[in-house]
Order: sequence, then C-alpha cells, then structure tokens
Amino acid sequence: MKRAASGTLAVLLAVAALAAPGSPGGAHAADLQLRHEERSLYRQVLVYERAGERCLCFTRKCTIGRQSCIELAHPQRLVFGYTRMMLGALLMGPPPQRVLVVGLGGGTLPATLARLLPEADIEAVEIDAAVVRVASDWFGFQPGPRLHVATEDGRVYVRRMGREGRHYDLVMLDAYDQQYIPEHMLTLEFLQEVRALLAPGGVVAANTFSASRLYDNESVTYARAFGGFYNLRSGNRVILARPAGLPPLAQVRAAAERLAPELTPLGVDPQSLAALFRDVPDWDANARLLTDQYSPANLLNAR
Amino acid sequence: MQRAFAYLIAGWSGYFVMALELLGGRALAPYFGSSIHVWGAIITVFMLALSLGYLAGGAWSRRTPSLARLALLLAIAALCAVPVALGSDALLDALSARLADPRLASLCAALALFFVPTMVSGMVSPYAVRLLVDERAAAGAAAGRLYFVSTFGSAAGTLLTSFYLVLYFELATLLWAMIAVSLLVALPPLLWRPAARA
Repeated sequence: MKRAASGTLAVLLAVAALAAPGSPGGAHAADLQLRHEERSLYRQVLVYERAGERCLCFTRKCTIGRQSCIELAHPQRLVFGYTRMMLGALLMGPPPQRVLVVGLGGGTLPATLARLLPEADIEAVEIDAAVVRVASDWFGFQPGPRLHVATEDGRVYVRRMGREGRHYDLVMLDAYDQQYIPEHMLTLEFLQEVRALLAPGGVVAANTFSASRLYDNESVTYARAFGGFYNLRSGNRVILARPAGLPPLAQVRAAAERLAPELTPLGVDPQSLAALFRDVPDWDANARLLTDQYSPANLLNAR
Repeated sequence: MQRAFAYLIAGWSGYFVMALELLGGRALAPYFGSSIHVWGAIITVFMLALSLGYLAGGAWSRRTPSLARLALLLAIAALCAVPVALGSDALLDALSARLADPRLASLCAALALFFVPTMVSGMVSPYAVRLLVDERAAAGAAAGRLYFVSTFGSAAGTLLTSFYLVLYFELATLLWAMIAVSLLVALPPLLWRPAARA
C-alpha cells in the first residue's frame, strides 16, 4: 500500500521541480520560435529565439523567466542585468586566477570569464547533463584546457573540492532561479563550505532570486557566513562578499575605470555597475537563519 | 477499543514512514546532493524495507498476536529512527568521502539510516490485519479499511510535512516529535497488556 504513497512522493517531487505558478506568456509570446527542446532528468530544456535573441528556458514560452540569453549578432554581449552585476566581482580585487561557477545555464558567465581572464583556470559545475549539452550546442559554450565543466550536484562538488584542499579566488553561485531554489545550496553550512574554498582575499558572488520573505532569511544567512557584503539590486539581486574585508567604494570605482576597456564591449557600463554597490543592510536582521536543519527556501519564496 | 487502536497505530505508522522518507531526503542532501539518484536510492530503500517488513509482519502475526505486540512494533520503529534524528553526521561524512560513486554512497547511506525503521514499520500493517480479521468473509473489507487508514496517514504525513511543518520546525525537531508521538500512541496498548489478555 505504501508503494502508492511513495509513487506520490516521486510525482510530488517531479511537480515541485517542474511546475510553478506561471504568468501568461507575455505580449510578444507569439513571436517566440522554439528551436530545440529536450526533456532531461530534471526538467524540460527549451531553446527559443525572438528578435535576434536566443534564450534557454525551463518552461514553455519562457513563462517563468529565461535562464540565459545571447544576442545572435553579438554573442559576447551580456543580455541580462544580473550577469553584468555578477561581473561586479571583478571590481572587488585583483584578477582571479582560479574560478568556480556553480550552475551553468547557457554558459554565459564561465565563457565570459574565460575571455576576460585568459590566464585563469575556470571550473563550472552543473547538475543537469542536458543543460551542459544545450549550452555547447546552442550557446557556443566550449570547454577547453582552462575551462572545465563537471556534471554533478553543486554542493557535493563544493564539499569534495573542500576535502581535496582546493582554493579559489572567486566562487560564483548561479544555481537559483524564480521557479526553484536548490534548498541545500541556500544554507549557512553550504555557504561556510564555500567560504572554506576561498583563497586569502577570495570573493563570492551570488545571483539570488529571493522575493518577499526569503529576502530577509537569505540576507541574514549570507551575512552570518561572510560578514558584510555588497548588495547589488536591479531587478535581480547579486551579493558580493569578501571575507577578508570589502574593498572601499573608491577602490571599486577605480577598478571600474581600469576595467572599462574590457567590460564595455560586453555591454557592461562599469561606472553604472559600480554605482549599484550598496553596503547598507535593507533587511530584517531578526529573520531566521537558513540552515541544513531549517531550509524551506522555496516555501518562503512563494509567499 | 482494540480495533480503534489497531487502526490508529496503522494510520500513524503510515504518517511516520512517509514523513521519515521526506525528511530523510533533506538529511542526505548536504552530503549527497538532491540529484535524481539520491531520491532513487531513498525510494528504493523504503520500498525494499517495506516489502520485507510486510513478509516479516505477516509471519510474526501467526504467533500469539496481540495489540501490545503491534504497539511494540510501532515503538521499535520509532526508536530505530533515533540515529536519523541525531543527524549521524560522522557516518554521512565518511560515506560521502570514501565512496566515489554518488549512487552507491547515497544507497549505502539510505540503507544505514532508513532500512531498519522502515522495515519494522512495514510489519505493522499485515500484523494489524491479523488482529482485525475475525472471519474469512470480512477479511477483504478489514484489509481494505486498514490500507485506507495507513495510506491516508502516509498522504497526511507527506502533505503536512512538506507543505507546512518544514516552514516552522527544524528537521531534528520534527523527527523527535514523530518519535515521541509513536511512543505515546504505543504506550496505552503496552500498559493495558494484562487487561487485554484477561
């Protein structure tokens, strides 16, 4: 009799992973052209094109947001505000030599970093093999000797690298989206494992999708794990932390000026990027910490 | 009264098993991730343990069945879940470090933590059927009611835990509370044992 009950669990999990309340397709939904679709172990992976942009989506007609987009005519330009904000990590200190990106999407971030930092070793970890395949078939993501991708759960990878004593100058967390947050990757313990991976002066950049109540919980959890952080908000939210101490804003602006020749061709305006840096808490400091014992991130985000 | 308790024990046992499965997934995620094979390992272990539990429970029901023994099964299953509530971090850490294949590692972890409490829980239903069936003609109806109660309990345990309880309580708190409820439900039949025999 519990066979049926456990079947229910499997279905419940699948539904939780795949479905989410969606808004209708948007005004230009009709122009969307589906170029590719496949069903992976975790979700549907869809590639749509519209108005010269190609996007990776996990829902039909991209109702719940686009994971990754490129401009077909200028594939190097960064379409999303959040990817530009993530590059704010480069304004936090010297150019990183060892980089880990958790969550691949279309591969935009690791590919961009590989172009900006030709000397750096970049690793990306992605749970879904189909996403890795689609990134390389449709988004020009090409792993190479200095750009590796591992198909594995991000937390398991982080723990293993920690056991092996590996260190990174920059860790980017890009594994969350509006429809689903891997809850074991938004806990104090996970962030402490990430912190242990940082080389002296290392930087963490996290693209988070928190709305409503989760914003407070997420903020206190990051603050506890990393101390203060720069909070960049413009649609999305990006958290930039540096446990060794945040660089003063003047230093951030100076770095923006220095990096302008590299960043501008990507569609990033370094000065407006630097202007987004905020270090004043705008959350409820009494919110409950997210831990491995208490991690209802998706339930909190849905409220 | 005896019947009511048999149904209560079966229903709560159903809740216990599914809530344990759900929370067990959370307990393993920090070490093994939440890849599909981790859930596959957990579900496999639960199904295997339940299937063997059904066999064992049915066999044991042939020897002087009593409500007290049914309650004892519930209590033993709860006590066997104590390592899950304690976290077993050292074990999970060692397994995730030593076993390179994440499928094998999560399967071993699920076996170590969930097999025994789930197998004992699986013994409850066939044992309860033995207590509830008086005559052959009513056997199907009694078994049907028991399956209903047990599986309804499983549905309740899944829904309440995943939709609401995790929003307010820590994993360990929920597990300790479930263990306490099991012991509380088992207590009256265990204490009434002489009276029930008389």
